[in-house]
Amino acid sequence: MIPELGHFALILAFFVTLVQGVLPLLGAQRNRAEWVAVARPATAAAFLLVAFSFACLTWVFYTNDFTVQYAAAHSNTQMPTMYRVSAVWGGHEGSLLLWVLMLTGWAMTVALFSRQLPEVMVARVLAVLGLVAVGLLAFVLLTSNPFDRMLPGAEEGRSLNPLLQDPGLVYHPPLLYMGYVGMSVVFAFAIAALLAGQLDAAWARWSRPWTTVAWVFLTLGIALGSWWAYYELGWGGWWFWDPVENASFMPWLVATALIHSLAVTEKRGSFKNWTVLLAIAAFSLSLLGTFLVRSGVLTSVHAFATDPRRGIFILMLLAIVVGGSLFLFALRAPKVSLGGRFELVSRETFLLINNVLLVVACGAVLLGTLYPLIVDAFGLGKISVGPPYFNAVFVPIMLPLLVLVAIGPVARWKQADLKTILFKLWPAAVAAVIAGVALPMLAGAWHAYVAIALALVGWMVAALVLQTIERMKAGTPTASWWGMQLAHFGLAAFVVGVAMVGTYQEERDVRMEPGDTVSVGGYNFKFNGVHLADGPNYRASVGSFDLVKDGKLERILHPEKRDYQSSSMPMTEAAIDASLTRDVYVSLGEPLTPDRENGAWAVRVYFKPFVDWIWGGCFLMALGGLIAAGDRRYRLRVKASAPVTAGALA
Amino acid sequence: MNKFLLPLGAFIALIALLAVGLGLNPREVPSPLVGKPAPAFNVPLLSNPDKNFSPKDMQGKVWLFNVWASWCVSCREEHPILVEYSKTAGAIPVVGLNYKDKRDDGLRWLARFGDPYLLSAFDGDGRVGINYGVYGVPETYLIDKAGVIRFKQIGPITPEVLEKKILPLVKELNT
Amino acid sequence: MKLLIALSLALSFSIALAKEAAPLAADPVVEQRLIHIAEELRCLVCQNESLAGSQADLAKDLREEVRGLIKEGKTDNEVKDFLVSRYGDFVLYRPQIKPTTYLLWAGPFLLLIIGLFALIRYLKQRSKVVADAPLSEAEKQRAEALLKDIQS
Repeated sequence: MIPELGHFALILAFFVTLVQGVLPLLGAQRNRAEWVAVARPATAAAFLLVAFSFACLTWVFYTNDFTVQYAAAHSNTQMPTMYRVSAVWGGHEGSLLLWVLMLTGWAMTVALFSRQLPEVMVARVLAVLGLVAVGLLAFVLLTSNPFDRMLPGAEEGRSLNPLLQDPGLVYHPPLLYMGYVGMSVVFAFAIAALLAGQLDAAWARWSRPWTTVAWVFLTLGIALGSWWAYYELGWGGWWFWDPVENASFMPWLVATALIHSLAVTEKRGSFKNWTVLLAIAAFSLSLLGTFLVRSGVLTSVHAFATDPRRGIFILMLLAIVVGGSLFLFALRAPKVSLGGRFELVSRETFLLINNVLLVVACGAVLLGTLYPLIVDAFGLGKISVGPPYFNAVFVPIMLPLLVLVAIGPVARWKQADLKTILFKLWPAAVAAVIAGVALPMLAGAWHAYVAIALALVGWMVAALVLQTIERMKAGTPTASWWGMQLAHFGLAAFVVGVAMVGTYQEERDVRMEPGDTVSVGGYNFKFNGVHLADGPNYRASVGSFDLVKDGKLERILHPEKRDYQSSSMPMTEAAIDASLTRDVYVSLGEPLTPDRENGAWAVRVYFKPFVDWIWGGCFLMALGGLIAAGDRRYRLRVKASAPVTAGALA
Repeated sequence: MNKFLLPLGAFIALIALLAVGLGLNPREVPSPLVGKPAPAFNVPLLSNPDKNFSPKDMQGKVWLFNVWASWCVSCREEHPILVEYSKTAGAIPVVGLNYKDKRDDGLRWLARFGDPYLLSAFDGDGRVGINYGVYGVPETYLIDKAGVIRFKQIGPITPEVLEKKILPLVKELNT
Repeated sequence: MKLLIALSLALSFSIALAKEAAPLAADPVVEQRLIHIAEELRCLVCQNESLAGSQADLAKDLREEVRGLIKEGKTDNEVKDFLVSRYGDFVLYRPQIKPTTYLLWAGPFLLLIIGLFALIRYLKQRSKVVADAPLSEAEKQRAEALLKDIQS
């Protein structure tokens, strides 16, 4: 009964979003206030219906109702409750429902927190979100219904892939989807503004906090996914350039560009067309990512079980949503004004270069991700494009960005002076040289790669300090200024992590018997043997290692090898001793003798200097975004008198 | 031209590419060996460790080289088709390669499901398989009189593949 | 020799002295080169993993094959060429530079050049078109409102 209720709620939600998508738009077009007024209640109803449906699916998993096909394929009674509940989004159907839940949730949030915006604008935004929801709900109902019954039901479910039975599953997909789907709000604001012909500074100001918040979620989602891969996959990598990672990274790059160009559009009224195009692109890339993951056109470690019908459906959805918006853009863009004048050397120009670099980087990732498909489509064979390619092309494009990140905030709007900038930043240049020469020496060995990276870090951090001192003299900075500084500092921290772990990490693969020792990065590991332990749905071989530094026992580490009942592949759970300046990482490989408890094991130990700065840097970027989004000027009511109509259409 | 149409144009190209992509199978990797001489090897027979087989033994004949294993599930799907084909008049010889298997398991499997092979070579450690670019069993190579690989089937041979692809090519090669 | 190894294994079980663990690989130098090569090769039967990281049977066999080739004195490129001749370009994570991949390798830098070129053209054109236009009445009002927000 519960699954049918859930299914029914979804069908209702489909019709409600249809109303939400159509009536307010017509109302806005024809000045019918009562149609416009439908937007908020319809949005609320759609959200409640989808939330109810999602609760029904969660109940199905919680109660182990294996007459529901999707639950039988992704859960079983042995799994701990936490994973049974998060298994709801462990497969295609449920994760898509989560997508829709977040879409309606974002719409609901817009409905709640937009009292200060003109009613007609809000109605348009909600309607665009409604139309996107119509498409996705149709997709769920027609091709991917999570409530499909299987009669008679299965006695026991097939269980979730053990790789996913990890706290990572609880937080990573929801955060990532919040980011992905949050781009729909940005998109809806852009489309609403295009429809109304009101592409102006006010639009930019309304879009900014939403863009920033969605970007914060996306940043956290990607970073936590990377961290999950790092500790779960057992070989200590943190980014693999897998098509699915790229699918989440591309919207991030464009959203980052968008945040910067929105700043110009809001403050100076320039680049409106470009900004609106980025807003469309950010969401389009989110949808493209969904297509790539779920259609099976690319092989990826994360891919869902595929079904060609689904691929065709999402492709059609993509064609309609994105094609329609780009067509609208082509119609409206020629009429949009250019905005205020600025000189060649000005903050505007620097932000445009930032945008070019980020978008080109995104283009490079897109090209590499799709290239195997292009070659195959032209019948030229099969190739792979992997990490060596991406590292080779991505890094050189990003380096100039790290130089600019120090200059942009120093440059004045409208007209800046190179000499003044240079005068302000010369101490940073000195800091860069010192950091590039001295720090690698201190770390142990001088390599060009790490020297360049650390010089850039020195440059960025010194510039940040200089700017902060100067800005403080001029009065208390705004929250959004502090947010920017923190995010840029996060970027510097991220670079430190990437460069240090890339250059100075140490790794040893050894055969260990109880009593054996191995040392890496100045740390000594003593293997005390393995004991067997039972988990809820697995049997674990738990290793015990004394971690010794300078003769002092620091900690005992317990890496595990788990054999899940449902899977023949043993899972590796690495044990990590994390600290600010380094991780030491130990993982159990295969038992080399039949006696697991007292025999020999293959053991892999890593010393990873500064690796946590990678995720710490991302966290700081996200925190910076959050602070910026909380700036009080976004919460001010737009004065009723402020004209938001034809002013922008010059 | 309206330069603002450029994004739409690029997007349409992307959609066209993705639509074509939907019809392709990213898991299927074509073999670079097609059109090249079959790599040489010399390994014992499955049935008799003292006797060896080398592709040179088949010089002057058009033959099928079928990689199989007792642990391979889709081989069971394919096997009856090969057994039946080997019984038809004018069938070309089929040589088996028992890949990464145990001798006893392989022999038992043939006893149970029938033996369509002229002989089966035994490749216990999979070295021959690597030389032939085997990555998913079953795989089948069609080799011509000069010892050149003319066709490779990855995955089980279905009646359709046999009728439409392999047999017409065999006919062509035999004339 | 085998007997010796077995004997030493048996002994080490019973004594379990605190001794330095032995490297897993018989020959660490070969192993280092193997990892270096295998990281840029794709495991064919996995979804998307390198030959170095994969636990699939075929990956293990291929690593063994590569070890053999290294011991025969083959260079990294010769090892890769062998695998390409057997499995095709698909095994290379770093696509070879050849006519079908020119666009792949040049693409990002072409994009960068096109992007910067378009940027310069846009800026030049813009500075011609946008005169220091006086603000419209509406814009003035909004600017004032903005200024007030910032100051307040």
